[in-house]
Order: sequence, then structure tokens, then C-alpha cells
Amino acid sequence: MKVRYFAWVRERVGKAEEDIEIPAAIATVGELMTWLSRRGEEYAHAFENPKVIRAAIDKSHVRADASIEGASEIAFFPPMTGG
Amino acid sequence: MTTTIRLQREAFDVAAEVAALTRGRIDIGAVVTFTGVCRADENGEPIAALTLEHYPDMAEAEISRHVEEANARWALLGVTVVHRYGRIAPGEVIVLVVTASSHREAAFAAASFLMDYLKTRAPFWKQVEKASGKAWVDAKAADDSAAERWSAPPPNRNAAK
Repeated sequence: MKVRYFAWVRERVGKAEEDIEIPAAIATVGELMTWLSRRGEEYAHAFENPKVIRAAIDKSHVRADASIEGASEIAFFPPMTGG
Repeated sequence: MTTTIRLQREAFDVAAEVAALTRGRIDIGAVVTFTGVCRADENGEPIAALTLEHYPDMAEAEISRHVEEANARWALLGVTVVHRYGRIAPGEVIVLVVTASSHREAAFAAASFLMDYLKTRAPFWKQVEKASGKAWVDAKAADDSAAERWSAPPPNRNAAK
């Protein structure tokens, strides 16, 4: 699955995107954040406060309890500050 | 409804965008424009510039969804949204929303609705350049509450109960 990071999440992880094999046991966006946070220090730092991190599946906003089944791209980013 | 949505690095000309939306139209009676401009300060601290990062495909899809929703809520004849990304200096334009309708109420309300959603739902992130270094701009609670006011059913629908 393609995982993309933006703004300070990208800076902390140290990359803009990557392809990751996600274990079948990971069912939701929230579980994926917990799993990612255990991949290393940079991920732990990026996901240290998962409540503030927003997510999108295939370019639509989703909540942390959303299922990741069938997703081809998941993005993680801070609250948006456009406009 | 005529819809134009553009994400671009370059500056834009507000008057030219309005002219493009209204050219040859005699059904439009009201045009509202909102232009967001880069200030030289962030929370009282001077800044040299800001840089907007965005999620290209999603930004376009998300803006389209909100333009569709605005069109379902109000009788609009045209909408233009232009949002810049990349480095922007103080005094330069950042974002433009133009709404056109027969009468002003729809145009005012739709422009306000679209800006509130762009602030909180469109995937853009501002980073400012201060003397002390670069810093990501924090999301404002006031922007969230401004967007939330549109979640309540419109007053006319309540009255119809």
C-alpha cells in the first residue's frame, strides 16, 4: 500500500511517501498509526500524538476508526492550514 | 453552473478571473470575491514569506466536492476557486474564491462557506519563514468553529418541519 506524509508528519518521518506491506491484522487507520509508530524513532516522533493527525484514504478524509480494507493510498498529515 | 478550479504556483489577476467568469453573461446579478493575501506577520512576529505545501490530487477533489455542495445549497451561476502553492511573499495573493448568482445572498453565503471549508478541509499546509527559522502554522480553533456553523441545517429547513 502507498503511504504518503505531508507537512511536519513528512518532515518527522523523513520521506514523502513509501510502499509498505501492511499486516492483515491491521484493520483501521488508527491501528495503522499505532503500527507505523513502532517502525522506528522517526515514526514514533511523527505519530507521538495520533489524535492531532488527520488521514485520507484514496484522497478522501477519513476518521481514525475507518477501515483500510481495499485502500490503495493512505495519507497522514497535520490539521490543514490553507485558504 | 460554470466552475473553474485551479491550483497553481503563479500569482493570479483577480479582475481577470472575475471577467472570465462573467463574460457574455446577462443572467448574473451578483458577484462576490474573496481574496486571501499573505501578511508580513504571523502572531505578531515578522515573516519573510510563507510556503504552501499541498496534496495535489486530493486538493482538487476536495475543492470540487465543496463547490458541488455549495451549488446544491445555493442557486449559483458560477464559481471560481484558485489556490496557490509554493513560496508566497507578503502582499501577494494566496487564494481566490469568486461566486456568482442572480441575487447577492447566495453569492455571499457560498463564498463564505467555501472559504471556511478551504481553511479546514482542503489539504494545504502553511509554513512561515521567521528570523528564528521555518515554522509550520498551527490550525486555528476559530477556523474549525467557522466551518462547523455550516453543519447545522439551514434555518429555512428548520422552519419547514
